[in-house]
Amino acid sequence: MTPPKLLLRGVAKSFEGKEVLRAVDLDVAPHQVVCLIGTSGSGKSTLLKCINLLVPVDSGDIVLDGVTITDPGVNPNTVRQTMGIVFQAFNLFPHMRVIDNITLGPRKVHRVPRAEAEEQARELLDRFGLLDRADEYPDRLSGGQQQRVAIVRALVSKPGLMLLDEVTSALDPELVGEVLGVIRDLKAEGMTMVIATHEMGFARDVADVVGFLDGGVVLEQGPPMAIFGNPQQARTRQFLQRIVDAGRL
Amino acid sequence: MLIAVISTVVVFGVIVVLVLSSEAWPAVQRQFFSWTHFQAAFPKVLGGFWLDIKMFLFAEVLILGIGLAVAMARSLRGPAFLPLRIITIAYIDLARGLPLLLLILLMGFGIPALQLPGVPNGALFWGIAALVFSYAAYTAEVYRAGIDSVHESQRMSARSIGLTQTQSLWHVVVPQAVRNVIPALLNGFVSLQKDVALVFVLGVREGLREADIYNARTFNYTSYIAAAVLFLLVSVPVARFTDWYSDRDRRRKQAMST
Repeated sequence: MTPPKLLLRGVAKSFEGKEVLRAVDLDVAPHQVVCLIGTSGSGKSTLLKCINLLVPVDSGDIVLDGVTITDPGVNPNTVRQTMGIVFQAFNLFPHMRVIDNITLGPRKVHRVPRAEAEEQARELLDRFGLLDRADEYPDRLSGGQQQRVAIVRALVSKPGLMLLDEVTSALDPELVGEVLGVIRDLKAEGMTMVIATHEMGFARDVADVVGFLDGGVVLEQGPPMAIFGNPQQARTRQFLQRIVDAGRL
Repeated sequence: MLIAVISTVVVFGVIVVLVLSSEAWPAVQRQFFSWTHFQAAFPKVLGGFWLDIKMFLFAEVLILGIGLAVAMARSLRGPAFLPLRIITIAYIDLARGLPLLLLILLMGFGIPALQLPGVPNGALFWGIAALVFSYAAYTAEVYRAGIDSVHESQRMSARSIGLTQTQSLWHVVVPQAVRNVIPALLNGFVSLQKDVALVFVLGVREGLREADIYNARTFNYTSYIAAAVLFLLVSVPVARFTDWYSDRDRRRKQAMST
């Protein structure tokens, strides 16, 4: 059995006394795509930010490539360079051109010379059909383009793990497809991903494992067929029923 | 438009006529608006004012730099930076809590009186130091308001690509923060441009001091008016520019949010 890429054991996090994550256990094998589903406020975003060490956990362990990154001795800056995270609201830097948004990390963190960093960035932009946007400022781009740029920005330092936090939720419906397409491409290339999403159809399609987050724990997880077709837990059935009633599945 | 012009001309015309025809006017004119005295005082006042301008520019550059450094230090998070935060907060409270004139007197007369070896004791040096000490604290607070106005997600996203806290501040937060507070910084310019004249209490022969010397010699106040004209010539355009810039900024933001 291959060792897991990412391992979560008993991860807990409270904000000002409100318990968001109680005890999250999760295993992610290399090249696996895990989709986290659950109601708004179930802690999907918080969990991804904990994995990226943007939010410190209260207790529990997060193990990446065999290293417990939640240990106090671990430098979070070094860990963050090995994974990419993309947010719901894109969070591009508005005062920088697309190309500078992408090369900022490599230039400042890895001390890559500007010319080399830009060449890498343009290569990636080209792959995602964004090369003609390289010199634009983010506010000149559509939401879908901005989100694809954000994905490129996360990919440029060649992460071994991508965390995607509801990356299509802020998009107009007609722009969702282009972003989901990019994620499918990443899966095809074997990228390990943890994806928080409301797009149930997409989750069913792309996930190797679907995890239902509820009450601060991963209440139920399994292959998409099992979770969507035959959920074991009452809470999961209830959640999925509401999604079906809303016409979203 | 026509009505505006007519009413403005009439109102100001009436005021001018009333002032000029009042019984006190000849005395006022002699004391404050004497062309002869103006001509006699102006070259010296202008020479001194040039020093005001130089002090202003020199101090402003230091203030913008130090203020930003203080604001950034205050914005660093985490237990390791607590001492730094305490120092900056103490400095800001101290510098903002004291009257500027008191600081100028204290530093300008007090420190040279200690005759410490290796420490400069020029009045000009310590006058500017006091201005910088005080203004950098206000400016740091302006910057900090700007830093706080940049959404938290920007900092988070900068950290997520591996930047350190300081790098995130410098490359991502500060450029946006500064843009947000340019009008407030320009207001600080106007204020400092006048306050440099306070170092005259140390005997520095800047514009106001020269006007004061002339007045002491002749008992005529026109020299002060000459200094006033010079200060206005600089501060009014900066104030107009600040307004123009803020308006343009507001319009741009409105255009962007549609």
